[in-house]
Amino acid sequence: MTPPRRRRREPRERAAPEPPKPRHGDGADPAQGTTRNPERLYVLTGAVDGERANLDLVTLIVTRGDPPPATSPEQTALLRLCAAPLSVAELSAYLELPFSVVTVLLTELLTAELVQARAPIVRQALPDRSLLEAVMHGLQRL
Amino acid sequence: MDFKGSDTVPGPRTADHLPHTAQAAVKIVIVGGFGVGKTTMVGSVSEIRPLTTEETMTQAGVGVDDNYGSETKTATTVAMDFGRISITDQLVLYLFGTPGQERFWFLWNGLFEGALGAVVLIDTRRLEVSFDVMGRLEERGVPFVVAVNSFPDGPRYPLEELRAALDLAPNIPIVECDARRRASSRDVLMTLMHFLHSLHTTGALT
Ligand SMILES: Nc1nc2c(ncn2[C@@H]2O[C@H](COP(=O)(O)OP(=O)(O)O)[C@@H](O)[C@H]2O)c(=O)[nH]1
Ligand SMILES: [Mg+2]
Repeated sequence: MTPPRRRRREPRERAAPEPPKPRHGDGADPAQGTTRNPERLYVLTGAVDGERANLDLVTLIVTRGDPPPATSPEQTALLRLCAAPLSVAELSAYLELPFSVVTVLLTELLTAELVQARAPIVRQALPDRSLLEAVMHGLQRL
Repeated sequence: MDFKGSDTVPGPRTADHLPHTAQAAVKIVIVGGFGVGKTTMVGSVSEIRPLTTEETMTQAGVGVDDNYGSETKTATTVAMDFGRISITDQLVLYLFGTPGQERFWFLWNGLFEGALGAVVLIDTRRLEVSFDVMGRLEERGVPFVVAVNSFPDGPRYPLEELRAALDLAPNIPIVECDARRRASSRDVLMTLMHFLHSLHTTGALT
Protein backbone atom coordinates (compact mmCIF):
# COMPACT_ATOMS: atom_id res chain seq x y z
CA MET A 1 0.00 0.00 0.00
CA THR A 2 1.34 3.44 -0.86
CA PRO A 3 0.38 6.64 0.90
CA PRO A 4 -1.52 9.45 -0.89
CA ARG A 5 0.75 12.10 -2.38
CA ARG A 6 1.00 15.84 -1.98
CA ARG A 7 2.73 18.63 -3.91
CA ARG A 8 4.87 21.13 -2.04
CA ARG A 9 3.85 24.82 -2.37
CA GLU A 10 6.10 27.83 -2.78
CA PRO A 11 6.18 30.81 -0.41
CA ARG A 12 3.89 33.58 -1.59
CA GLU A 13 5.06 37.13 -2.17
CA ARG A 14 5.21 39.15 1.02
CA ALA A 15 2.86 41.68 -0.54
CA ALA A 16 -0.05 39.22 -0.39
CA PRO A 17 -3.15 40.88 1.06
CA GLU A 18 -3.82 40.44 4.75
CA PRO A 19 -6.76 38.17 5.54
CA PRO A 20 -9.78 40.09 6.82
CA LYS A 21 -9.87 40.83 10.50
CA PRO A 22 -12.28 38.91 12.69
CA ARG A 23 -15.05 41.31 13.55
CA HIS A 24 -17.54 41.66 16.29
CA GLY A 25 -20.68 43.46 17.11
CA ASP A 26 -22.45 43.20 13.76
CA GLY A 27 -25.21 41.14 15.33
CA ALA A 28 -24.12 37.86 13.77
CA ASP A 29 -24.79 34.80 15.87
CA PRO A 30 -21.63 33.36 17.32
CA ALA A 31 -22.18 29.88 16.08
CA GLN A 32 -21.93 26.32 17.14
CA GLY A 33 -23.15 25.24 20.45
CA THR A 34 -22.41 28.36 22.44
CA THR A 35 -25.27 29.93 24.31
CA ARG A 36 -23.81 33.40 24.18
CA ASN A 37 -26.19 36.29 23.80
CA PRO A 38 -25.14 38.36 20.75
CA GLU A 39 -26.54 41.56 22.24
CA ARG A 40 -24.22 41.15 25.17
CA LEU A 41 -21.29 40.71 22.82
CA TYR A 42 -22.30 43.92 21.13
CA VAL A 43 -22.37 45.80 24.41
CA LEU A 44 -19.00 44.43 25.40
CA THR A 45 -17.19 45.28 22.19
CA GLY A 46 -18.82 48.59 21.38
CA ALA A 47 -18.08 50.03 17.95
CA VAL A 48 -16.96 47.54 15.33
CA ASP A 49 -13.96 49.41 14.03
CA GLY A 50 -12.91 51.26 17.13
CA GLU A 51 -9.25 51.62 17.98
CA ARG A 52 -7.88 48.38 19.26
CA ALA A 53 -4.52 47.76 20.85
CA ASN A 54 -2.26 45.44 18.90
CA LEU A 55 -2.44 42.49 21.28
CA ASP A 56 -1.31 38.97 20.53
CA LEU A 57 -2.70 35.77 22.04
CA VAL A 58 0.51 35.59 24.06
CA THR A 59 0.93 39.23 25.04
CA LEU A 60 1.36 39.17 28.83
CA ILE A 61 -0.92 41.53 30.78
CA VAL A 62 -0.15 42.82 34.28
CA THR A 63 -2.35 45.01 36.46
CA ARG A 64 -0.93 48.42 37.41
CA GLY A 65 -3.70 50.02 39.41
CA ASP A 66 -6.90 49.52 41.34
CA PRO A 67 -10.16 49.60 39.43
CA PRO A 68 -11.94 52.97 39.59
CA PRO A 69 -15.50 52.74 40.97
CA ALA A 70 -17.19 52.69 37.55
CA THR A 71 -15.22 49.75 36.15
CA SER A 72 -17.37 47.08 34.47
CA PRO A 73 -17.57 43.60 36.03
CA GLU A 74 -15.63 42.17 33.08
CA GLN A 75 -12.83 44.68 33.47
CA THR A 76 -12.79 44.29 37.24
CA ALA A 77 -12.33 40.57 36.68
CA LEU A 78 -9.49 41.26 34.23
CA LEU A 79 -7.73 43.47 36.73
CA ARG A 80 -8.07 40.84 39.42
CA LEU A 81 -6.78 38.05 37.16
CA CYS A 82 -3.77 40.08 36.07
CA ALA A 83 -2.38 40.62 39.56
CA ALA A 84 0.26 38.18 38.26
CA PRO A 85 1.14 38.27 34.53
CA LEU A 86 -1.30 36.36 32.29
CA SER A 87 -1.51 36.00 28.52
CA VAL A 88 -4.49 37.34 26.60
CA ALA A 89 -5.27 33.71 25.66
CA GLU A 90 -5.49 32.72 29.34
CA LEU A 91 -7.69 35.74 30.09
CA SER A 92 -10.00 34.72 27.26
CA ALA A 93 -10.14 31.18 28.63
CA TYR A 94 -10.82 32.11 32.25
CA LEU A 95 -13.39 34.77 31.37
CA GLU A 96 -14.95 32.55 28.69
CA LEU A 97 -14.95 35.47 26.29
CA PRO A 98 -13.69 35.47 22.67
CA PHE A 99 -10.17 36.71 22.10
CA SER A 100 -11.19 39.88 20.28
CA VAL A 101 -13.71 40.80 22.98
CA VAL A 102 -10.93 40.57 25.53
CA THR A 103 -8.65 42.73 23.39
CA VAL A 104 -11.30 45.46 23.29
CA LEU A 105 -11.74 45.33 27.07
CA LEU A 106 -7.97 45.44 27.50
CA THR A 107 -7.58 48.36 25.10
CA GLU A 108 -9.66 50.49 27.45
CA LEU A 109 -7.67 49.35 30.46
CA LEU A 110 -4.41 50.09 28.63
CA THR A 111 -5.64 53.55 27.70
CA ALA A 112 -6.55 54.17 31.33
CA GLU A 113 -3.09 52.87 32.32
CA LEU A 114 -4.67 50.30 34.62
CA VAL A 115 -2.76 47.45 32.97
CA GLN A 116 0.61 47.02 31.31
CA ALA A 117 1.16 44.87 28.20
CA ARG A 118 4.39 42.92 27.71
CA ALA A 119 4.73 42.25 24.01
CA PRO A 120 5.50 38.77 22.69
CA ILE A 121 8.61 37.92 20.74
CA VAL A 122 7.41 37.12 17.24
CA ARG A 123 9.21 35.26 14.52
CA GLN A 124 9.82 38.22 12.25
CA ALA A 125 11.60 40.06 15.00
CA LEU A 126 13.71 37.17 16.15
CA PRO A 127 16.66 38.93 17.73
CA ASP A 128 19.30 36.21 17.78
CA ARG A 129 19.88 32.55 18.42
CA SER A 130 19.92 33.04 22.17
CA LEU A 131 16.12 33.00 22.28
CA LEU A 132 15.95 29.66 20.48
CA GLU A 133 18.67 28.31 22.72
CA ALA A 134 16.82 29.47 25.83
CA VAL A 135 13.68 27.64 24.67
CA MET A 136 15.74 24.51 24.01
CA HIS A 137 17.26 24.62 27.47
CA GLY A 138 13.81 25.09 28.98
CA LEU A 139 12.41 22.11 27.06
CA GLN A 140 15.36 19.97 28.07
CA ARG A 141 14.32 20.34 31.69
CA LEU A 142 10.78 19.07 31.07
CA MET B 1 -24.50 35.09 28.39
CA ASP B 2 -24.74 36.32 31.91
CA PHE B 3 -21.37 37.50 33.00
CA LYS B 4 -20.60 35.82 36.27
CA GLY B 5 -19.04 38.81 37.98
CA SER B 6 -15.49 39.39 39.02
CA ASP B 7 -15.64 37.32 42.21
CA THR B 8 -16.82 34.12 40.59
CA VAL B 9 -14.55 34.04 37.54
CA PRO B 10 -12.15 31.16 38.06
CA GLY B 11 -8.54 32.10 37.69
CA PRO B 12 -5.32 30.17 37.73
CA ARG B 13 -4.46 28.18 40.82
CA THR B 14 -1.82 29.94 42.89
CA ALA B 15 0.69 27.32 41.78
CA ASP B 16 -0.03 28.29 38.15
CA HIS B 17 0.78 32.00 38.57
CA LEU B 18 3.61 33.26 36.39
CA PRO B 19 6.33 35.13 38.27
CA HIS B 20 6.26 38.92 38.05
CA THR B 21 9.57 38.72 36.24
CA ALA B 22 7.83 37.13 33.18
CA GLN B 23 8.66 39.61 30.41
CA ALA B 24 7.77 37.95 27.13
CA ALA B 25 6.17 34.93 25.57
CA VAL B 26 6.62 32.93 22.39
CA LYS B 27 4.24 30.49 20.76
CA ILE B 28 4.26 27.31 18.74
CA VAL B 29 1.22 26.04 16.86
CA ILE B 30 0.29 22.37 16.56
CA VAL B 31 -1.83 21.65 13.49
CA GLY B 32 -3.49 18.52 12.21
CA GLY B 33 -6.83 16.91 11.49
CA PHE B 34 -9.53 15.98 13.97
CA GLY B 35 -8.47 13.26 16.40
CA VAL B 36 -4.81 13.27 15.42
CA GLY B 37 -3.64 14.03 18.97
CA LYS B 38 -3.20 17.81 19.15
CA THR B 39 -4.93 18.24 22.50
CA THR B 40 -3.11 15.19 23.81
CA MET B 41 0.24 16.68 22.82
CA VAL B 42 -0.55 20.08 24.37
CA GLY B 43 -1.68 18.38 27.57
CA SER B 44 1.31 16.06 27.85
CA VAL B 45 3.86 18.89 27.96
CA SER B 46 1.86 21.74 29.51
CA GLU B 47 2.54 22.87 33.07
CA ILE B 48 -1.08 24.02 33.39
CA ARG B 49 -4.27 22.11 32.70
CA PRO B 50 -4.94 22.86 29.01
CA LEU B 51 -7.26 25.81 28.52
CA THR B 52 -9.48 26.86 25.63
CA THR B 53 -9.63 30.23 23.96
CA GLU B 54 -12.00 31.07 21.17
CA GLU B 55 -12.59 33.61 18.48
CA THR B 56 -15.67 34.48 16.50
CA MET B 57 -14.92 34.83 12.83
CA THR B 58 -17.22 36.95 10.72
CA GLN B 59 -16.51 37.20 7.06
CA ALA B 60 -18.35 37.50 3.78
CA GLY B 61 -17.91 34.88 1.13
CA VAL B 62 -16.01 32.18 2.97
CA GLY B 63 -18.77 29.70 2.34
CA VAL B 64 -19.54 28.76 5.90
CA ASP B 65 -22.34 26.27 6.32
CA ASP B 66 -25.16 28.62 7.07
CA ASN B 67 -27.26 26.57 9.43
CA TYR B 68 -28.38 29.34 11.70
CA GLY B 69 -30.32 31.75 9.55
CA SER B 70 -30.91 32.76 5.96
CA GLU B 71 -28.78 35.93 5.89
CA THR B 72 -25.56 36.12 3.91
CA LYS B 73 -23.46 36.81 6.99
CA THR B 74 -21.00 34.10 7.86
CA ALA B 75 -19.84 33.60 11.41
CA THR B 76 -18.29 30.75 13.22
CA THR B 77 -16.58 30.20 16.53
CA VAL B 78 -13.13 28.71 16.43
CA ALA B 79 -11.94 27.19 19.68
CA MET B 80 -8.30 26.52 20.37
CA ASP B 81 -6.72 24.41 23.10
CA PHE B 82 -3.52 25.70 24.56
CA GLY B 83 -0.95 24.97 27.21
CA ARG B 84 2.05 26.68 28.75
CA ILE B 85 5.67 25.90 29.54
CA SER B 86 7.75 28.32 31.62
CA ILE B 87 11.16 28.51 30.00
CA THR B 88 12.89 30.90 32.40
CA ASP B 89 11.74 33.46 34.96
CA GLN B 90 11.44 35.88 32.05
CA LEU B 91 10.31 33.76 29.13
CA VAL B 92 7.14 31.67 28.63
CA LEU B 93 6.27 29.29 25.79
CA TYR B 94 2.65 28.75 24.76
CA LEU B 95 1.47 25.85 22.63
CA PHE B 96 -1.73 26.15 20.61
CA GLY B 97 -3.60 23.20 19.16
CA THR B 98 -5.73 24.24 16.22
CA PRO B 99 -9.28 22.99 15.82
CA GLY B 100 -10.76 20.91 13.04
CA GLN B 101 -12.19 23.56 10.75
CA GLU B 102 -8.94 24.39 9.04
CA ARG B 103 -10.34 26.95 6.64
CA PHE B 104 -10.67 29.27 9.61
CA TRP B 105 -7.23 28.90 11.12
CA PHE B 106 -5.69 31.44 8.82
CA LEU B 107 -8.37 34.02 9.47
CA TRP B 108 -7.15 34.21 13.03
CA ASN B 109 -4.80 37.13 12.58
CA GLY B 110 -1.37 36.69 14.00
CA LEU B 111 -1.81 33.11 15.13
CA PHE B 112 0.68 31.71 12.64
CA GLU B 113 2.43 34.92 11.70
CA GLY B 114 3.82 35.48 15.15
CA ALA B 115 4.55 31.84 15.95
CA LEU B 116 8.13 30.61 16.14
CA GLY B 117 7.01 27.66 14.05
CA ALA B 118 4.52 24.85 13.76
CA VAL B 119 4.27 21.12 14.33
CA VAL B 120 2.19 19.28 11.72
CA LEU B 121 0.80 16.18 13.42
CA ILE B 122 -0.16 13.50 10.94
CA ASP B 123 -2.11 10.30 11.23
CA THR B 124 -1.19 7.66 8.64
CA ARG B 125 -4.82 6.59 8.46
CA ARG B 126 -5.73 9.99 7.02
CA LEU B 127 -2.59 11.54 5.65
CA GLU B 128 -4.40 13.75 3.16
CA VAL B 129 -6.23 15.81 5.82
CA SER B 130 -2.92 17.59 6.52
CA PHE B 131 -2.05 18.42 2.92
CA ASP B 132 -3.86 21.72 2.76
CA VAL B 133 -2.51 23.12 6.01
CA MET B 134 1.04 22.15 5.06
CA GLY B 135 0.65 24.04 1.80
CA ARG B 136 -0.65 27.08 3.61
CA LEU B 137 2.24 27.06 6.05
CA GLU B 138 4.64 26.86 3.10
CA GLU B 139 2.89 29.74 1.33
CA ARG B 140 3.17 31.88 4.44
CA GLY B 141 6.75 30.93 5.13
CA VAL B 142 5.93 29.46 8.55
CA PRO B 143 8.64 26.90 9.37
CA PHE B 144 7.30 23.51 10.43
CA VAL B 145 8.32 19.95 11.27
CA VAL B 146 6.20 16.85 10.74
CA ALA B 147 5.39 14.45 13.59
CA VAL B 148 3.81 11.10 12.81
CA ASN B 149 1.53 9.91 15.58
CA SER B 150 1.56 6.14 15.74
CA PHE B 151 -1.92 4.72 16.15
CA PRO B 152 -1.97 0.95 16.49
CA ASP B 153 -4.51 0.47 13.70
CA GLY B 154 -2.81 2.87 11.27
CA PRO B 155 -0.70 1.76 8.30
CA ARG B 156 3.01 2.00 9.00
CA TYR B 157 5.19 3.53 6.32
CA PRO B 158 8.94 4.08 6.45
CA LEU B 159 9.61 7.75 7.27
CA GLU B 160 11.39 8.24 3.94
CA GLU B 161 8.32 7.01 2.11
CA LEU B 162 6.20 9.49 4.07
CA ARG B 163 8.71 12.25 3.32
CA ALA B 164 8.35 11.50 -0.39
CA ALA B 165 4.55 11.29 -0.20
CA LEU B 166 4.38 14.61 1.65
CA ASP B 167 6.89 16.15 -0.79
CA LEU B 168 8.82 17.61 2.13
CA ALA B 169 11.78 19.83 1.40
CA PRO B 170 14.94 17.85 2.24
CA ASN B 171 15.76 19.95 5.31
CA ILE B 172 12.34 19.55 6.98
CA PRO B 173 12.49 17.02 9.83
CA ILE B 174 9.94 14.21 10.04
CA VAL B 175 9.80 12.17 13.25
CA GLU B 176 7.61 9.56 14.90
CA CYS B 177 5.98 10.33 18.21
CA ASP B 178 3.48 9.25 20.81
CA ALA B 179 1.63 12.39 21.81
CA ARG B 180 0.50 10.77 25.05
CA ARG B 181 4.05 10.66 26.34
CA ARG B 182 5.58 13.84 27.68
CA ALA B 183 9.12 12.89 26.67
CA SER B 184 8.02 12.06 23.14
CA SER B 185 6.08 15.32 22.73
CA ARG B 186 8.99 17.24 24.23
CA ASP B 187 11.30 15.63 21.65
CA VAL B 188 9.01 16.81 18.83
CA LEU B 189 9.20 20.37 20.14
CA MET B 190 12.94 20.02 20.48
CA THR B 191 13.15 18.85 16.85
CA LEU B 192 11.29 22.00 15.83
CA MET B 193 13.64 24.18 17.86
CA HIS B 194 16.72 22.53 16.34
CA PHE B 195 15.21 23.04 12.89
CA LEU B 196 14.56 26.74 13.61
CA HIS B 197 18.07 27.05 14.93
CA SER B 198 19.47 25.50 11.74
CA LEU B 199 17.44 27.95 9.62
CA HIS B 200 18.85 30.74 11.70
CA THR B 201 22.43 29.64 11.24
CA THR B 202 21.98 29.14 7.48
CA GLY B 203 20.46 32.61 7.24
CA ALA B 204 17.12 31.34 5.93
CA LEU B 205 15.27 33.03 8.76
CA THR B 206 15.40 36.79 8.89
N1 LIG C 1 -2.08 5.38 20.09
C1 LIG C 1 -2.06 6.69 20.21
N2 LIG C 1 -3.21 7.36 20.52
C2 LIG C 1 -3.17 8.71 20.64
C3 LIG C 1 -1.98 9.44 20.43
N3 LIG C 1 -2.24 10.76 20.58
C4 LIG C 1 -3.55 10.84 20.86
N4 LIG C 1 -4.12 9.62 20.92
C5 LIG C 1 -5.54 9.35 21.20
O1 LIG C 1 -6.30 9.84 20.11
C6 LIG C 1 -7.53 10.41 20.56
C7 LIG C 1 -7.70 11.82 20.00
O2 LIG C 1 -6.70 12.67 20.52
P1 LIG C 1 -6.91 14.24 20.69
O3 LIG C 1 -5.69 14.78 21.33
O4 LIG C 1 -8.22 14.55 21.33
O5 LIG C 1 -6.99 14.71 19.17
P2 LIG C 1 -7.21 16.20 18.56
O6 LIG C 1 -8.58 16.19 17.95
O7 LIG C 1 -6.16 16.35 17.52
O8 LIG C 1 -7.08 17.20 19.67
C8 LIG C 1 -7.49 10.35 22.07
O9 LIG C 1 -8.27 9.25 22.48
C9 LIG C 1 -6.03 10.12 22.40
O10 LIG C 1 -5.86 9.39 23.58
C10 LIG C 1 -0.78 8.70 20.13
O11 LIG C 1 0.29 9.26 19.95
N5 LIG C 1 -0.89 7.34 20.02
MG1 LIG D 1 -8.53 18.59 20.32
